[in-house]
Amino acid sequence: MTETAVTESAGPGAASARRRRYLLDRKGVLGPLLLLPAVVYLVAVVGYPLVLAIMYAFSDVTVGSNRFDLVGFTTFAQAVSDPQFPKVLANTFIITGVSQALVVVLCTVLAMLLRSRFRGRWFLRFIVLMPWTTPVALGTIIWLWMLDSIFTPFDWFARGLGVIGPGEHLNMLGHDGLAMGSVIAVQTWRVLPLATIIVLAGLTSIPHDVHEQAQVDGAGFWRRLFGIEIPLIAPVILVAVLFGIVFTFTDMTVVFVLTGGGPANATQVLASLAFYKGINGGNLSGGAADALFMFPVLLIMAVVTLRWSARLGAR
Amino acid sequence: MAIVETRGLRKEFAGHTAVDGIDLTTTEGEYLVLLGPSGCGKTTLLRMIAGLERPTAGDIVIGGHVVTDLPPRARQIAMVFQSYALYPHKTVRKNIVFPLAAARIPKQEWAELVNWAAHTLGIEPLLERRPRQLSGGERQRVALARALVRKPQVFLFDEPLSNLDAKLRTTARDELRQFQERLGITTIYVTHDQVEAMGLGDRIAVLNAGRVQQIGRPEEIYDDPANTFVATFVGTPPMNLLRTGDRMLGFRPEHLLPLSAVGERPGQLECDFEVSRMENLGSDRYVYGTIPALDPEAKVIAKLPSTISATVSLGRQERYVVAADRLRYFQADSGERIEPAGIPGPP
Amino acid sequence: MAVGRPVAARPRLDEERTTRHRSALWRTVRGRVGIYLLALFFAVFCGFPFLWATITMFRQDSDLYTSGKNPFEFTAAPTVEHITDLFTTTPFVTFIVNNVIIGVCTVAITLVLSVPAAYALARLTGRWGVPAAIAIFAVYLVPPTLLFLPLSRLVAVLGLQNTIWSLVLVYPGFTIPLSVWLLVGFFRSVPPDIEEQAQVDGYSRLGAMVRTVLPLVMPGIFTVVVFTFTLTMQDFIYALSFTSSPDRTTISVGVPTYLIKGDVLFWQSLMASAMVVAIPVALVYNLFLRRFIQGFTLGAVKG
Repeated sequence: MTETAVTESAGPGAASARRRRYLLDRKGVLGPLLLLPAVVYLVAVVGYPLVLAIMYAFSDVTVGSNRFDLVGFTTFAQAVSDPQFPKVLANTFIITGVSQALVVVLCTVLAMLLRSRFRGRWFLRFIVLMPWTTPVALGTIIWLWMLDSIFTPFDWFARGLGVIGPGEHLNMLGHDGLAMGSVIAVQTWRVLPLATIIVLAGLTSIPHDVHEQAQVDGAGFWRRLFGIEIPLIAPVILVAVLFGIVFTFTDMTVVFVLTGGGPANATQVLASLAFYKGINGGNLSGGAADALFMFPVLLIMAVVTLRWSARLGAR
Repeated sequence: MAIVETRGLRKEFAGHTAVDGIDLTTTEGEYLVLLGPSGCGKTTLLRMIAGLERPTAGDIVIGGHVVTDLPPRARQIAMVFQSYALYPHKTVRKNIVFPLAAARIPKQEWAELVNWAAHTLGIEPLLERRPRQLSGGERQRVALARALVRKPQVFLFDEPLSNLDAKLRTTARDELRQFQERLGITTIYVTHDQVEAMGLGDRIAVLNAGRVQQIGRPEEIYDDPANTFVATFVGTPPMNLLRTGDRMLGFRPEHLLPLSAVGERPGQLECDFEVSRMENLGSDRYVYGTIPALDPEAKVIAKLPSTISATVSLGRQERYVVAADRLRYFQADSGERIEPAGIPGPP
Repeated sequence: MAVGRPVAARPRLDEERTTRHRSALWRTVRGRVGIYLLALFFAVFCGFPFLWATITMFRQDSDLYTSGKNPFEFTAAPTVEHITDLFTTTPFVTFIVNNVIIGVCTVAITLVLSVPAAYALARLTGRWGVPAAIAIFAVYLVPPTLLFLPLSRLVAVLGLQNTIWSLVLVYPGFTIPLSVWLLVGFFRSVPPDIEEQAQVDGYSRLGAMVRTVLPLVMPGIFTVVVFTFTLTMQDFIYALSFTSSPDRTTISVGVPTYLIKGDVLFWQSLMASAMVVAIPVALVYNLFLRRFIQGFTLGAVKG
């Protein structure tokens, strides 16, 4: 092998200057540089407030004062000793649990339905998407009117079915159980579209030959459904439910607009309670403590997400 | 034109060594082919020369400058990818202009350069089309024109023919060779196809497991393989290898011929070939079997050109011969080539 | 088809085929009916509120406030009076303008920050890319109800209380994570050859990205713009917490809080406002849904 004469175009100083000029061509330099602004922004408007939220819960901070003393678990103790608290906690879990159980079943059926071919499918898809595309507050306003104590159309149906007599009213938002049912209905209604879309995407990604193989193997509709399709899309359904749980568990809009937590705190949830305490009552630390009770559930969700991502990474 | 040199080049990916210390030097205007099976590190080597991958250790020298730390744009190279990587949102003309704009060549010279490149490749009628409207062969020519237009020091090709169908590949190969001969630009060409390598290369570097196994002219690689890997990787069917003691005896299938066809000559290796199967490919016959006297385990293939009309009967032992100068010897354990020593006679 | 068949075998075969055919037909009919019944159920569940809102918004007061009658019947002629009222006598138009300003600004901030970040995650961060993208996406799941209290204080400290700028500041907190996730998917769908080719052709890494990758992911970026914009219309709690006057708030908060005068709700106008927002947004979503799903799953699948 012949030795080639090698020049570094000029002295060592020029070489390092040249290297500096090409610094941005390096993955290891350009990558973090492009990522940094977004990360800094998210830390500022999400990370930092999240830490503050936790600190508030251990302090006595209020809207009016500049005092900020860490008081340990006093605020938590106050929050828990509030006589409404067990009811609020239970409501939060009941509303989330029941509505998401409904969503799991309904979104699977609906996704299957939207995949099959029938006349008017595009119209159904449009209608099904609307509860998701409409801002939550506006959707809930429609429900508020639809469930009005006097002018609700459901009274007319109920009268027709003989459930209530003439002149009587269901007054759905006025009774504890019916009000809870209404909140659950609205939560199911607004989360269903997103869940359906996620499951539908999962269904469409099942390779076509799996279907055909199953058909050739003589598997009937139900066997195909429970033996092949549902197991295959189970991870996707999990993702859909994960979203649903997070959105429902932490939502205050539906309760705030529909019932205001009423009647008499019968439908109050953690998020709405935190709002009433923290913003309307000016008790920042109290509200933060209430809101922080949502944290463990979110943490569990985060772990599930991470495990899901680990599975994806292993693929 | 420039000389490309790699010095002790290494590349590790997450604990796995893709390129394991490669020293290569091209000559000026040479057509060097990197040949090897998939995963041998040839594409990684090419990408390091292009500047798309940073070496873990070692240096790359192009035209006398160490370019190891420089990005692709500072290396004066042109590369044609396996996919041709035509910019789908640009017309053919804009594809070809793209490197000119990067090199800050004055706008008024663009048209002339594009026309020159398009003329060289014969793609003038395609200039206003979009890549998706082109056939595979046309895409290749556009990619070449785009590589050519900037008059680079070095061409790098990453399996540019593997996306073409078999028929087109032969003519495209021919065009590639003519193109390079006319321009005389140093070219490094990666392929796993030995036919391409034999047909295109001034020299071939055979790579395996991140190392250069042998580098030499195509006929050297074929006739004098440096080890058993090269012997079996190059040539279809591969070289026959028979183990005798601590040595391997090797010869090409086309050199194993019926005694009746060539006649007795001094110094020939004569043996009994037990035929188990035969394929007639028209121009050749492949005869499969074993030579029990030398190595009963090894499968042996004889390739008989159609000019030899000797009858081949299955299940019988026949007298076959190999000319002495066609025999190659390798160490049995390392696989390295060793100098010939006496013809092993039948026991 | 049956031309060459032996004649004797034919009657039995035909018979068998018709019975099988009939049962298959019956199954199909049953399946069809089932499909349409299911479709009807879901259409009613998801769509009835919107039907009810649409009926309501055209009602005259005398018609609206009569209880006990068939709720689908118009006892007085339909009117658009309440819809025009919404635009002329209420601050609804101000809400819309506010939403547009907030949306445009949020989209701008989101794009400026998430396009480079997503590109870095898709191409430059190697095997850390996917976990990092998921970590950023996880930020999307941090609920506003956990953050609104400290944020309301921060907004006050920055002197942004009761301005739409407070919302422009905090909305990227949830739009960036979703955009980054979608964009990582779109960036990954562009073959890396293209930008490597551009680098070999003489451009810097960033120059190659801007000239070759960005034009190719333009449809993806457009999708992100649409979804970011609509996402800013979804928020309720931030706008409710940070703003306190009708001229500084958004549709979501303005409609339920400021279209109520005293204790009286103007139901026709309320319903009209909901439909005026819901219909166009639904149309746009439908247009971009396929691409949204594509981006959403690309990020995940092509890990």
